[in-house]
Amino acid sequence: MTVLLFLVPLALLLGALGLMAFVWSLNAGQYEDLEGAAARALSDDDLEDTQT
Amino acid sequence: MTMDVDFSALATQGPDGARRLELALDGMTCAACIFEIEAALKRVPHLAAARVNYADRRLSLEWTAPTFDFGLVTERLRRMGYRARPFERESGEREERETSRRLLRCLAVAGFASVNVMLLSEAVWLGGDMDTVTRDFFHGVSALIALPAAAFAGQPFFTSAFAALRARRLNIDVPISLGVLLSLAMSVYETLTHAPHAYFDSATMLLAFLLLARYLDHAMRRKTRAVAANLAALRAPVACRLDTDGAKSFVPLAALAPGDRVLARPGERIPADGVVVCGQASLDESVVTGETQRRAVTAGDSVYAGAMNFDGALTMRVEAAAGGSLIDEIERLLDKATAARSRYMRLADRVSRLYAPLVHIAALATALAWLAAGASLHDALVTAIAVLVVTCPCALALAVPAVQVAASGALFRAGVLLNSADALERLAEIDTVVFDKTGTLTTPEPRVANAREIEPSLLELAARLAHSSRHPLARAVAREYPRAATLDGAREEQGAGVVAIVDGVEARLGDPRFCGLERDCAAAAREEASIIAFRHGERTAALVVRQTLRADARETIEALAARGLRVILLSGDRVAPVEATARALHIAEWRGAMKPADKVGRLEALRAQGRKILMIGDGINDAPALAAAHVSLSPIDATEIAQAAADAVFLGDGLAPIVTTIDAARQAHTLMRQNLALSLLYNAIAAPLAMAGMLTPLIAAVAMSSSSLVVTLNALRAGGETKREPSMQPAQQREAAA
Repeated sequence: MTVLLFLVPLALLLGALGLMAFVWSLNAGQYEDLEGAAARALSDDDLEDTQT
Repeated sequence: MTMDVDFSALATQGPDGARRLELALDGMTCAACIFEIEAALKRVPHLAAARVNYADRRLSLEWTAPTFDFGLVTERLRRMGYRARPFERESGEREERETSRRLLRCLAVAGFASVNVMLLSEAVWLGGDMDTVTRDFFHGVSALIALPAAAFAGQPFFTSAFAALRARRLNIDVPISLGVLLSLAMSVYETLTHAPHAYFDSATMLLAFLLLARYLDHAMRRKTRAVAANLAALRAPVACRLDTDGAKSFVPLAALAPGDRVLARPGERIPADGVVVCGQASLDESVVTGETQRRAVTAGDSVYAGAMNFDGALTMRVEAAAGGSLIDEIERLLDKATAARSRYMRLADRVSRLYAPLVHIAALATALAWLAAGASLHDALVTAIAVLVVTCPCALALAVPAVQVAASGALFRAGVLLNSADALERLAEIDTVVFDKTGTLTTPEPRVANAREIEPSLLELAARLAHSSRHPLARAVAREYPRAATLDGAREEQGAGVVAIVDGVEARLGDPRFCGLERDCAAAAREEASIIAFRHGERTAALVVRQTLRADARETIEALAARGLRVILLSGDRVAPVEATARALHIAEWRGAMKPADKVGRLEALRAQGRKILMIGDGINDAPALAAAHVSLSPIDATEIAQAAADAVFLGDGLAPIVTTIDAARQAHTLMRQNLALSLLYNAIAAPLAMAGMLTPLIAAVAMSSSSLVVTLNALRAGGETKREPSMQPAQQREAAA
């Protein structure tokens, strides 16, 4: 029983962190262009930038 | 067309001093375009950021330096083959995005809460030997999650239910809110009294499912509207404004004000309603009135926005604000027609209007019956809540939007953009199709009517030559080979034609006299048509240019007739050409010379006979009829006002999307009905069990989820079968190449 007192809040905390991450990404506009984001993953632009 | 318009004046300045501008882009075909555009713009000096939104086909730009040269951006884009136009995000769209985000946020919270509460509740249900302290602890934690989550995620329902109650109405949100609030209140009571069960899980799951349905519904409408707004922005032309000092500047139409002097050159459309100040020209007003015969105008005549200037430059004064113009009359008709249609009630609304009171009565009757049977107030209330929760309209709420999302996605891929959410339902009900002639059954722009009789290589050469001219007749020839390369050294002789040297031989395209082909052309001359001559050495051709039937017009009419639909042709054009078209397409019912009000009147007469009409039209004169019909479609090259009045817009040169749309709508309608039947069946089984007090919360939750799942899976069938027509290519893309 006592272990539940730690584990249940811990589980909820982790879940809440995930929720916060989602809300943050939503407010940052990451769901505005889902099709483009899928394609951007294939781009190597960012590599070029670090090399130059 | 080399015309650099300075759109940077339309940029908005943020509080940080940065200027932002959003452009609608045309010509993006695949994801690689994202990188191509962004890489090219990275090298524009002083441009701070350029980011492509691929889903909406938009490009947002950001810069701070006042020295930033905006022309470079348009120039680079043009060189890569993209067309860009400033896109003014309407306040409505901003609001929609906010609503969409809010729904997603609520959905995330409800989803998080329901999963966690469900874990705890399941432990309680399944752990039969759980001691009271642990159980109370679990219920307490559930309450801590569920109460704030419901307070946040339930807002969309609570506000709507409250508004309905204040207006003394019942909507579907009332039983939802009542169910959620009652089950939460009861659960808190049960927790405090150390009872064996609480219903926090039911409340949160209910919210999560309903929010999902609402989000889907919203996302579908937002997506098509965003793309439709893009297309409108792309099509919005620029006007050449004459400033007081005589300087010319190109401005977007939105920037025109009454009193401005505007230059309309041959081959351009008249940008606004106004009065000709000087110059004379013949105008093709088919888009405005449906009439195909050209009208000669001179100083003092009124001209209407949308008319095509065929020859001669006009200087005109903008008078858009003066009441009594054609647009004003059309807008009046439009308002009236739209008001009549807004009374249409969606399938889901009709069902839920009956459903909401029924659920309340059932729950109340359950409570009373249990009390009468001698149960305690507590037990009676618990059973009543079970009824409210189990008859949760989850599946009911998902039934229609899920089908709409799947069907509109399929139509989107087939090149049809839906403007309104209930268009599919109305489309499925039609039994009569009314066509406009000019621009709908016929191509909106004149084409070479005898193209098939001319040797292809010769026609291609003529088209290449025609690409060097802006004359409307030459553009019609150029349209035959939209991607042909222009000829080097082509020179236009004003009012006569274009000339160039090809393979050492002179090639001429233009006036028959200019090409020395008067006799040949006189033979080819027919009514309703213009002749343009072409000579390349000894090879000659007389090209007949007029509005031609769309390529698949006949097949489409036949396909519609085969589906048992009554086809009618109503046109603003003169009787003779309308009759010719009707005969060519085997349309038995037709009328010509109809004014906008006549068309609306005819539609109303048909409606009085109980016909459900699909109106298809493109012109400014069709807009009221489009709004008055039961449902309406416009081709993408239609005027903006017609597109705005239509329920859906289809892309491409052909009419085939009409049949595709009707078929898809009928299938979607069947699926919606099936879904509603399924969810009502589920309720018919679950509600009596709940009333009898035989449902444990676990069974209720499982039944509820699986009913939603079944409905969603059924809806997915609407997405499968429509294929993209091979001939489909946005008309404007071709125009851009021309």
